[in-house]
Amino acid sequence: MKRLLVLGAVVLTTAALAWAGSETQPKAGGAPKPVIEKAVKGEQCVEDTDYMRRNHMKVLDGHRDKTVHEGIRTPKHSLKECINCHASETTGSVAASKDDFCISCHSYASVKIDCFDCHSTKPQGSAAMHPLNAETAHYKHKLAAQAASKISAEEMAGVAP
Amino acid sequence: MSELKPMSEQAPASPERRRFVGTAAATAAGLAIAPGVVLVQVAHGRPEDQAVSSAVRWGMLIDATKCANGCNDCVTACSTENGWTPVAESKHPRQAPQWIRKLELQDPLTQMETSLPMLCQHCAEPPCVDVCPTGASFKRADGIVLVDRHTCIGCRYCMMACPYKARSLVHEHLNDTQKADVPRGIGCVESCTFCVQKVDRGDGNTACAEACTAAGHNALLFGDMNDPDSEISRRLRELPTKQVRADLNLNLGVRYHGI
Ligand code: SF4
Ligand code: SF4
Repeated sequence: MKRLLVLGAVVLTTAALAWAGSETQPKAGGAPKPVIEKAVKGEQCVEDTDYMRRNHMKVLDGHRDKTVHEGIRTPKHSLKECINCHASETTGSVAASKDDFCISCHSYASVKIDCFDCHSTKPQGSAAMHPLNAETAHYKHKLAAQAASKISAEEMAGVAP
Repeated sequence: MSELKPMSEQAPASPERRRFVGTAAATAAGLAIAPGVVLVQVAHGRPEDQAVSSAVRWGMLIDATKCANGCNDCVTACSTENGWTPVAESKHPRQAPQWIRKLELQDPLTQMETSLPMLCQHCAEPPCVDVCPTGASFKRADGIVLVDRHTCIGCRYCMMACPYKARSLVHEHLNDTQKADVPRGIGCVESCTFCVQKVDRGDGNTACAEACTAAGHNALLFGDMNDPDSEISRRLRELPTKQVRADLNLNLGVRYHGI
């Protein structure tokens, strides 16, 4: 185990270097501890912090089934609300850079997540964070559709005889 | 069992029966509350911690006589709301996801032109759900057919099974361009969701129908087909409507007038 951690420290050299500059330097041989950025909004998580550290995946798992299948979108255990609180002030995201909230711990624990293959890593609503905000996207798409509609009706359809 | 019958045979004759069933169900659900109150609450003001129920069946009436040739506003509104790239902008248009598309049809004999949008028909008996090996393709209690991307393995059986070519596979990484309310991603199949995020928010309308109304065409009407007093039920009672490929007996959630 210890050897693994040493290996981890070597692999994460950049993280280690960043850490070396801070006051609490890790003991030799310990992997650099994850940077845990404080939530931007709110003082206290919806559950106890220790509980969430160990069980957030179960909490999210239960809630996602309720949301997808039953349409229950209560904010308390939704990933969207995690992101709203924990998106980094610098990157505006929970997973855009190595120190962002989700990635920081997950790379430390070596647990790959694929949540963000599908889910947005950024809070909704801010034009600054979304390059395509609702209005501009509408016109951009509209113009493009008029300019270059090369798809034929049968190609698009296949339903017409 | 009545679901198995195509709606076109049943719809014009059934409002009395529906009204009776509705009243009976409401009475059974809670004697203390007036039946009307219960029904309205279920349809339009679902508390956010309450699961969707089959008391509601979301549906859409598409009036092809009002749909304007050359207008693409419903498609644009869908891509904006749900975050998919319009086909014309895609690097790979032949495999670009498409939740709704415009069809311009012409009768070869009379040259009559018809324009209509085609989208997932939200079948009451959806073949895409029947064939899905993982259970990812499913129908919500309120009739909306969805893909649970957590379970979808991207096998694309559902794309083959859908008679309306309503589904697409996401072939490429989306690189965090998704909308916060509309997760979607590589390796999963997707299709029209009746703007489920808007429905759950209580908007009671879809992006395409809103855009069509805003453009002044009023060709798309979204609503609860189980509520006899809804605008869509009223119009379905009055107008002759068709289901595309009604012979398949899928009891579609999308009905067309003027085709
Ligand atoms: S139209 Fe196609 S995708 Fe939609 S419910 Fe029917 S079979 Fe499934
Ligand atoms: S592609 Fe996904 S939703 Fe479609 S049949 Fe396969 S597992 Fe089911």
